Amino acid sequence: MSDKNLKRVAYYPGCALEGTGHAYDRSTRALGKKLGLELVDVKDWNCCGAMEVKNIDPKIQTYLSSRVMSIASEDMGFDTVMAPCNGCYHNLKKAEYDLENDPENVAVTERLSKKAGHDAYKPGSIETIHALDWIKRSIGEDGIKERVKNSLKGIKVANYYGCMYTRPRHIFPEKDQGPGSESTLKPHFMDDLLQAAGAEIVDYPLKTACCGGAHTLSDSDTSTKLVTNLLEAADECGADVIATECPTCHSGLEMHQIRAETRFGKKTNSKIVYFTQLLGLALGLSARKVGIHENVSDSLKYFKEKGVA
Amino acid sequence: MTPFETILNGIESASAHENAVIGAIAMLGWGERILENWNGARGEKPTKSKREGFRLLALHRQGAKGDPSFNACRETCRELVYHHNLILDEPTHVASLERLRMAKMVAKHLCLFVQGKIEEDRLGDFCCSSRPVRTHTRKEDR
Repeated sequence: MSDKNLKRVAYYPGCALEGTGHAYDRSTRALGKKLGLELVDVKDWNCCGAMEVKNIDPKIQTYLSSRVMSIASEDMGFDTVMAPCNGCYHNLKKAEYDLENDPENVAVTERLSKKAGHDAYKPGSIETIHALDWIKRSIGEDGIKERVKNSLKGIKVANYYGCMYTRPRHIFPEKDQGPGSESTLKPHFMDDLLQAAGAEIVDYPLKTACCGGAHTLSDSDTSTKLVTNLLEAADECGADVIATECPTCHSGLEMHQIRAETRFGKKTNSKIVYFTQLLGLALGLSARKVGIHENVSDSLKYFKEKGVA
Repeated sequence: MTPFETILNGIESASAHENAVIGAIAMLGWGERILENWNGARGEKPTKSKREGFRLLALHRQGAKGDPSFNACRETCRELVYHHNLILDEPTHVASLERLRMAKMVAKHLCLFVQGKIEEDRLGDFCCSSRPVRTHTRKEDR
């Protein structure tokens, strides 16, 4: 794990954080400010290629993601770009891997970059990190403990990482490197940080299981069934809150929690909250500052009862 | 192919077993049925071999060959094995039945995921891509 200075990093929010995941963007920025970490938005950023472009032509996705890294490194001079969305994070890491290992991807990216009028991204110029890496590496558990104003004590949290944070393993060479590094089988960075903020972490067996996010619109019932199982498992574990770190997973859990009740009569109780919102509350930020009111899942009353909002 | 409804009912029954060890062994068996369905849908004979001591993991490896997107359920399979091992290693543990309930949620998720991947053949890519299965099915249809 690199020990470089992460106090000032390029920030790539991605499309979701401007829409359904706005509360994640809001809470990430507020948390960074509170922790004295500076986020500098990548100029004129574009879509990472997410699932839609990747399913049609993966090389175009590689180019799209490489353009973001090229701007952040070549034009803005950063050596680190932070992407809080799992889809963006995954795609930037994948593009890095593709450009290091596949000459065809390099050729397509060089051709498209030339056509678009910018320098092609040079692999190795920038490191892509997730919001979890950012907080874990720059502040760490001890730093969080020192800054806690409203302990999350008594709040039982199931941490849900989703499928793209650790998969496929080969695009995350820094993971599974022993103590201190993230695990692809049982990720724990979110557990570590929220535990440091006082939360009681439950042993959640579906941390990296699929939420059916890609089929939310085309086959909602399949997504609802997958999400219902995730929510029921959290209830079974005794969790009050499911902490998320992906806007697609988060909105899927929120929407299908309601749909499961209205369509299938299955009521579940967990509140769905971004980990950045939980950390922000613990550090004394107001519920409004971290965008609790923007969540579909209504958790304000719960947090007030717990004395953190 | 074992109907998914049968598998889901089997998972429920296994989780309700008063002997957690018997339930855990049955649960792992239902996990294998799920992956047999996936490999069968790809036109392959489900492997009888084991990986790291478990057929479930060998079946998963077989199912992910040529289709890396199937690794989306790799951790789910390993979690099922983990819960199976927890129960068998400490059969009299006070949390055995709770562990069996957790194994149920994991097995159920595996079932829903694979069922979704197989059934979404005309709706577009499920998650990362179920294209190889659809291609095979279409050839069969012809």
